[in-house]
Amino acid sequence: MKVAFYPGCVSRGGCPELYPATIKVCQKLGIELDELTGAACTGAGVLQEKDRKLGDTLNARTFAMAEKKGLPIMTICSTCQGVMSQAYKRLMDDAKYREEVNALLKEEGLEFKGTVVIKHLLWIMVEDIGVDRVKALLTRQLPDLRIAPFYGCYIVRPSWALGFAEHPDRQHSLEDLIEAVGATVVDYDGKTKCCGLPILLINEKNSVDMVAKHTSTAQHLGANAMVTPCPLCHLNLDGYQPKAAKQSGIGIHMPILHLPQLIGLAMGFSPKEMGMERHIVSTREVEEAIAGRSAVGAGRR
Amino acid sequence: MRVTLDIGRFNPDAPNAKPYRQEFILEVEEYYTVLDSLIYVREYEDPTLAVRCSCRASICGSCAMRVNGHASLGCKTKLISVMDKDGRVRVDPVGNMPRVKDLVWDMKPFWDKIRAVDPFLQPEGPEPEEEYIASPESMLHLVGVMGCIMCGACVSDCTVLEVDENFLGPAALAKAYRFTGDPRDGKTKERLKELNEYSGIWDCTRCMECVQACPKGVAPMERIMALRDKTIAAGIRNTNGARHAEAVSDFVKKSGKLDELRLVPRTYGMFNPMSLNSLFAAIPVGLRALRRGKLPPIIPHKVEGKENLQAVRRIFDKVEGKK
Ligand code: SF4
Ligand code: SF4
Ligand code: FES
Repeated sequence: MKVAFYPGCVSRGGCPELYPATIKVCQKLGIELDELTGAACTGAGVLQEKDRKLGDTLNARTFAMAEKKGLPIMTICSTCQGVMSQAYKRLMDDAKYREEVNALLKEEGLEFKGTVVIKHLLWIMVEDIGVDRVKALLTRQLPDLRIAPFYGCYIVRPSWALGFAEHPDRQHSLEDLIEAVGATVVDYDGKTKCCGLPILLINEKNSVDMVAKHTSTAQHLGANAMVTPCPLCHLNLDGYQPKAAKQSGIGIHMPILHLPQLIGLAMGFSPKEMGMERHIVSTREVEEAIAGRSAVGAGRR
Repeated sequence: MRVTLDIGRFNPDAPNAKPYRQEFILEVEEYYTVLDSLIYVREYEDPTLAVRCSCRASICGSCAMRVNGHASLGCKTKLISVMDKDGRVRVDPVGNMPRVKDLVWDMKPFWDKIRAVDPFLQPEGPEPEEEYIASPESMLHLVGVMGCIMCGACVSDCTVLEVDENFLGPAALAKAYRFTGDPRDGKTKERLKELNEYSGIWDCTRCMECVQACPKGVAPMERIMALRDKTIAAGIRNTNGARHAEAVSDFVKKSGKLDELRLVPRTYGMFNPMSLNSLFAAIPVGLRALRRGKLPPIIPHKVEGKENLQAVRRIFDKVEGKK
């Protein structure tokens, strides 16, 4: 399938490992990427604090660009996905508002018609490609890994903007993919909670407490890694984990993987190709668990 | 219809009282709500089960509880919509508030925070001869927020309250919005100044839990965002939160993209000695990130193509100019 690829700012900013990992994995998945290089930031919900219409207009512009190409938008960030889904819903629910916004796009020759489909890579894998086909593209299973899912707020709430009624599988999509790579799912309430990043620069203590809470719970339940479809969650859960350990006084060590990294590793890409060395929290144990297994597998063959 | 209720229980009067779980397998009608099934348990299975309710019609706000880990009204939630494939439903008391017994919890912290925002009109100037007049249009935006039934579902699931009990929380902040937004109130600026303090509007992490949980469509987080907007518009800008929102807006206008690196000094306030401490506190992460090649690019990304940049700026000018 071909998609209008919306990488978002963070996959090339704070989490530069995500962009190349996504490109490699999409190639194997057979997703052809036509990148929306002229699209602006979604506003990440922050711009919307100041001016919702401004944010919605920038997103309507992106939608119109994809509509012009006749392609669905693919996101790789829970926040991008959620902010776009919410903007889409507001624009579709209110014809007058849609007209006002379209008037602002007119000068550029763009019009948002409402035909666009906006999907996170996570959903594309589960809905369009299918878990079984993804599984068929893997070169190894990772049965030694116990993985805790971490969705990111905007890809689970509010449920009415995210098409959960029509696509109930979205609510366990991450678990489905963890099982597809042969790992064990570690379930806990924190999986749909907030990573704390939005208030990192505003109330660092609370933000870091959230990191400590989720990573230590996952660790306590025996997880040896966490996987997230949101680079913003990754920024906080990975980047601020050392601080979280210090602040909470708990010895936390929880490698955080981007979703494409997990799939990529199971596709046979090396940790280096997946940019794992760029993480703050070392992913060595995860890599060893995978390598140990494939060495055994190779020996048998 | 067969359902297995897995209820989180607690009896403070039991010797060495501890929370425990108890299952009840019931044969009930398909139209049963979660609350109906709990009342059924109390009537026919175990009369000691404590559960609070009154109207049974989503009006009184007494029956907030967690169903499968998320807060909602027991009387508004159909069993059939929350049963898993084995017919199981998990019921627990709300979170973030002290438990009294079984599914009953103490509302004191909830009301304390509502009281803290002065939830009453404070008109200014001489009293009018007759009643205070407010046009219907000026009150329309308050209809949603006035629908609050004080059930506490939003407070139960608030992620900030889980780590910081001082946070005013979604219900109280939504209530505060209701009064700052009332054309008859004369204390708007004072109210905004107070809400701008610690534990107020900027401490919300925008997680949407309250929007999802609220059974009445109050959407507390949206009200908090509106309060942030109002605070900035009222010229109260000396907070990390306000600077953060302005910085993001400036970056997107300039380049079409976020600039995470410059977001740090812009948010803490570049020339603010009071926030130097927090700036230094952010640095170890920066250095560690630098070693690993994880720091955002020094030269920030831009959207490609001059015409695209111009289009983004034009949208900013048009929308912001109209305000
Ligand atoms: S959006 Fe804000 S107020 Fe609402 S639950 Fe999350 S942190 Fe609490
Ligand atoms: S805002 Fe909604 S969830 Fe919160 S107390 Fe009011 S009605 Fe209940
Ligand atoms: S019993 Fe009144 S709201 Fe549920």
